[in-house]
Amino acid sequence: MKGLSDATLGHLGEVADWPDLSSTKYEAASVLGRGGMATVYLAHDRDLGREVAIKVIRLPEPAPEIAERLRQEARILAQLEHPGLVPVHDLGTLPDGRVFYVMKRVRGRRLDEHLRDERALSARLRLFERVCETVSFAHAHGVIHRDLKPENVMVGPFGEVLVLDWGVAKLSGDGDAAGPASGLVPGPPTTAHGTVVGTPGFMSPEQARGQPVDARADVFALGRILESMLADHGGPDAEGPARVPRPLASILAKALAPEPDQRYPGAREVGEDVARYLSGQRVLAHRESVFEVLGRLATKYKTPLALIIAYVLMRAALLFWRGR
Amino acid sequence: MSKTILGLILGGILGIFDGLSALVSAPEVAPQILGIVLGSTFKGLVVGVLVGFFARKVSSLPLGIAFGLVLSLAFAYLIAAQPDPQTGKHYYWEIMLPGGILGAIVGYATQRYGVRPTPATN
Repeated sequence: MKGLSDATLGHLGEVADWPDLSSTKYEAASVLGRGGMATVYLAHDRDLGREVAIKVIRLPEPAPEIAERLRQEARILAQLEHPGLVPVHDLGTLPDGRVFYVMKRVRGRRLDEHLRDERALSARLRLFERVCETVSFAHAHGVIHRDLKPENVMVGPFGEVLVLDWGVAKLSGDGDAAGPASGLVPGPPTTAHGTVVGTPGFMSPEQARGQPVDARADVFALGRILESMLADHGGPDAEGPARVPRPLASILAKALAPEPDQRYPGAREVGEDVARYLSGQRVLAHRESVFEVLGRLATKYKTPLALIIAYVLMRAALLFWRGR
Repeated sequence: MSKTILGLILGGILGIFDGLSALVSAPEVAPQILGIVLGSTFKGLVVGVLVGFFARKVSSLPLGIAFGLVLSLAFAYLIAAQPDPQTGKHYYWEIMLPGGILGAIVGYATQRYGVRPTPATN
């Protein structure tokens, strides 16, 4: 007897995993994406006649902590209203016991994909600022994302930036988070002390060791995102590693400091320092030399400087002309 | 500070400075320096107000600079067209070129700085 091919097995697995939404007002249409613990489906809301995205746990018999994690993600997102966060419409459980939540269907590309076409440094930094704003909003509400990476940031067709996948986010009071107090009510801990969650390469050293983390763990991940944005900025034909301006290198170094105490205290401070760089102001993480100060001011005020120099040169030229 | 007021103040200050600079560029006009400074200041004030008003209406750095340059050149021409009463000589280059650049500076400043009035709401 001939065995089933991998493609057939994959298809069967997909069909088996397809959620039974008959008890809900939603109708799944296609798969938008798959994560480690859940699949996101494009679905149709029959009552309201609109497209939505439904995140459903993938496992047929989900572990309680996975289900609780999805519930917590939905609750966190539902309570954090911000343009950089996907609004949650509904939360429920399917007849097979799988937890799901319904959110707005967002269009766009992942940050890492978007960066392939967006090479200009200033445009990239503005995107980064928007990511920091959203994460900072979450920090202000006592939420730590814990899995920030370019794949979890979406850039919309009009430049809107959305921070996704709050599945391993942590609320202040969960036990190992020390963020500021917020109006959010912490649920039961979804990760045991010592459990490592996050993505290697983007995790802070303390997070990778399974130690308690706070907002500074997100700062580290933001540093990694910034690093990826600075890695190949410039023109599409740029050869070799792009030169990173020294103030940005200092921001990067501060965000990626191995010790949390040496990092920025939160995402807001990282974003503010990048905004300072973009507006030609002094970056707090960087100690400037006199030449750097002069260079920065000359760049910031290049137009009036050029006009004043033109005036002085004009006067000098007229003096020279009259003296002949 | 509104853009019009900024243009007025900056135009006046630069006008005084521009008038006084005649002592360096054309020392022979020293006896008439008061009239030159007054004329230059008046030109600066008028150009400053107009350029500031333009900045209230049009938000464009290149256009603001160009408007300041052209307007200032035009006013400087009116002054330069008056001959020196003693020598009968015209100082077109000496008056128009620096004056035009100062207008461009006021154009830049009024576009970049100063407050644009907010539209009235119900």
